[in-house]
Amino acid sequence: MNRSLRPLAATAIIFLLCYLAAVIQFPSMLSTRVLGNFLTDNAFLGITAVGMTFVILSGGIDLSVGAVIGFTGVLIAVLISHFGMHPLAAFAVTLTIAALFGAAMGAAIHYMQVPSFIVTLAGMFLARGAASVISPDSIPINHDFYTSVSQAYLLMPGGGRLSLIGGIMVLVFVVGALVAHRTRFGSYVYALGGNTTSAALMGVPVARTTILIYTLSSFLAGLSGVIFSLYTSAGYSLAAVGVELDAIGAVVIGGTLLTGGYGFVAGTFIGVMLMGLVQTYIIFDGTLSSWWTKIVIGVLLFMFILLQRIVFAASAPRKKAFWKV
Amino acid sequence: MTEPATVLQARGVVKVFGQHRALDDVSIDLRAGEVHALLGENGAGKSTLIKILTGAYQATEGEVLLEGQPVRFADPLQAQAAGIGTVYQEVNLLPNRSVAENLFLGHQPTRFGFVQKKVIYAKARAVLATYGLDVDVRAELGSYSVAVQQIVAIARAVELSGKVLVLDEPTASLDRNEVDRLFDIIRQLKARGLAIIFITHFLDQVFAISDRMTVLRNGKLIGTSSLKDVSPTDVVRMMLGKDLEILHPVSTAAEGASGPVMLSFDGFGKPGKVAPVTLDIHRGEVVGVAGLLGSGRTELARLMFGVDTAESGKVTMNGKEISLRSPVQAVQAGFGFCPEDRKADGIFGDLSVRENLIIALQAKLGWFKALNRDEQLEIAGRYAEALDIRAANHDMPIKLLSGGNQQKVILGRWLAIDPNFLILDEPTRGIDVGAHAEIVRTINRLREDGLGLLVISSELDEIVAYSSRVVVMRDRQMVAELHGQDISPKIIVQAIAAQHQEAAE
Repeated sequence: MNRSLRPLAATAIIFLLCYLAAVIQFPSMLSTRVLGNFLTDNAFLGITAVGMTFVILSGGIDLSVGAVIGFTGVLIAVLISHFGMHPLAAFAVTLTIAALFGAAMGAAIHYMQVPSFIVTLAGMFLARGAASVISPDSIPINHDFYTSVSQAYLLMPGGGRLSLIGGIMVLVFVVGALVAHRTRFGSYVYALGGNTTSAALMGVPVARTTILIYTLSSFLAGLSGVIFSLYTSAGYSLAAVGVELDAIGAVVIGGTLLTGGYGFVAGTFIGVMLMGLVQTYIIFDGTLSSWWTKIVIGVLLFMFILLQRIVFAASAPRKKAFWKV
Repeated sequence: MTEPATVLQARGVVKVFGQHRALDDVSIDLRAGEVHALLGENGAGKSTLIKILTGAYQATEGEVLLEGQPVRFADPLQAQAAGIGTVYQEVNLLPNRSVAENLFLGHQPTRFGFVQKKVIYAKARAVLATYGLDVDVRAELGSYSVAVQQIVAIARAVELSGKVLVLDEPTASLDRNEVDRLFDIIRQLKARGLAIIFITHFLDQVFAISDRMTVLRNGKLIGTSSLKDVSPTDVVRMMLGKDLEILHPVSTAAEGASGPVMLSFDGFGKPGKVAPVTLDIHRGEVVGVAGLLGSGRTELARLMFGVDTAESGKVTMNGKEISLRSPVQAVQAGFGFCPEDRKADGIFGDLSVRENLIIALQAKLGWFKALNRDEQLEIAGRYAEALDIRAANHDMPIKLLSGGNQQKVILGRWLAIDPNFLILDEPTRGIDVGAHAEIVRTINRLREDGLGLLVISSELDEIVAYSSRVVVMRDRQMVAELHGQDISPKIIVQAIAAQHQEAAE
């Protein structure tokens, strides 16, 4: 089996085993209703994680996404509640701002040769600070559009509801996977993660690709902010603190190598679902503190990083060349 | 028959960096269907010329003509599109992507914006088949050997460019068999009418494959001539402007001259790496290690320096058993190790020459006895002088030095700890002929000073020149130990090849 498929397979197996164990204990967890809620509750995390997958595949990191979610949430709330904008117009404005913000970070990373860690850390403070400057308080959003959209769903067999926002997340994953694995841009992302110097010599437009990657990540973080505001019907400057770390966790659990170059968008989906499963289990159990989620996710992350070390260190066999004589 | 057409031509090219004239009025012309060797010591201006031809640099004066038309490339991509492809010394491809993607990255055929993977795989298989390479094009490139990667790089360059192919030391990390394969491919491409520039440090390879050669020295053009008209000695004389002693190897290291046993390895080995080796090292002797790439030479060196931990056998030093479980213990015992891959494992590229020189000594002294700046300067000065390290100053980053000078810094680093035993893995690889002779002289001097040395090298002439004894490795085993009169390239080759003869019988 292809080396990079192994962590993905491991994630999928672990997810199935965990789900099976949970279902044995709580049979009601095996229902489309629970699955539908999985998607809805993790929609904003999933959408951000898709962007993060691209960033990590290219060998970078984006610490600003949580702050961008917070910022877009506040901006949307202000535009709708204080300026009376239609939500769709507000979405367009904030998504444009988020994308431009990402493009600026990408440009700084490429042209100033500053590590992405530093640039996006600065971006995180900037976005979070800007959100608090706009409004330090939580701003409720009361708009008919919100009520109708956040309640829109598709009835699944078994009574489960695929909400609109859950559906958007699934769509983002599908599009993300196609872009990553089936387009030239996708191959450039992997190329950057493999070896930036080689990629440049092979004609990969490094500047454009880097800027696009961070634009995409910030845009998806913005979209995630939109989803989050639909989900909570409010905008708060301190919302989604630490989501960047959850997203990184989901990406790594999903089998993407933290140093870049190897991984799959679909893996991230399983990573997000696994994190959601842990949360749901703890809610079902009812006696455990919700902090157990963090502990379990910590253990899982550690396991996966270990697994990747083993897969990539031990199984690097040099295949013999098969010469045609 | 008419003279073959000139494909690429440089006329009166000058390149100035600050005060320094890296290239001074150099002209070269490449004909279709020829292999043109570009020769010169490190710093002669080979790389600068290549970079101008391939668009990485722009000439200060002079012009480049492609098929008679003056061209000016802003970057290597333009040159690539115009027909000039380059394969660099270190394979510059993506080990994490499939073979097929490495061939066509940036040029994948798409439909509705989506890459057509099946088309790419089919095309890749077809292209590689013409090179006699039968590999799974969907597999990661990194899972194949350097030789295969090298061929994929050549295939890519030819596929995308197709007029001129620049090969910058393509054979540096290939073994003999793989070099032969590569040469077959070069001949094939030559027959297809490509103009090929071939840069290498191996003179025998120049004569084996090239039609003409151009020699540069100190940025000046020394001459271009057909290889039929010159002998290796002429070429070396052109490169250096003098005759060189290394071409007349004499085994000066008489075995009787070596001192008492200093180190003995007894059944020292690690399953899967090196079969148990039993070997004594005397004071004042050089033990040469010969063998093909992958025969376990480097693994043996790593084991002896504690980089990998031996699982069998013991080591005694001056009669006492010592433990070699980590490089730290090896350094404490007075071992030094100059690794094969100088750039990756040897130098700290961004640190200064001085810091690179003192680092082993500092490691030996430990955390709490920091060398102050004056001591560092004194030590750096002493070894820079002793080894003739040519650096503008000792605070410049070592990565700016030439390969030969870097190697001398690493040697100096170990000499600073006053070692008993030095392990040198390919100390002359990628080093120009002049510095090469100096390294060989240094090895001989260290032997006379009473050190024990273990030197691994692919160049048999060189091994013969300095070894008191020669150990031959094959298939991760020590298969022969040669003494005295037996130390000659012919007998070493026989020892290396013995297995193949047996197999043929």
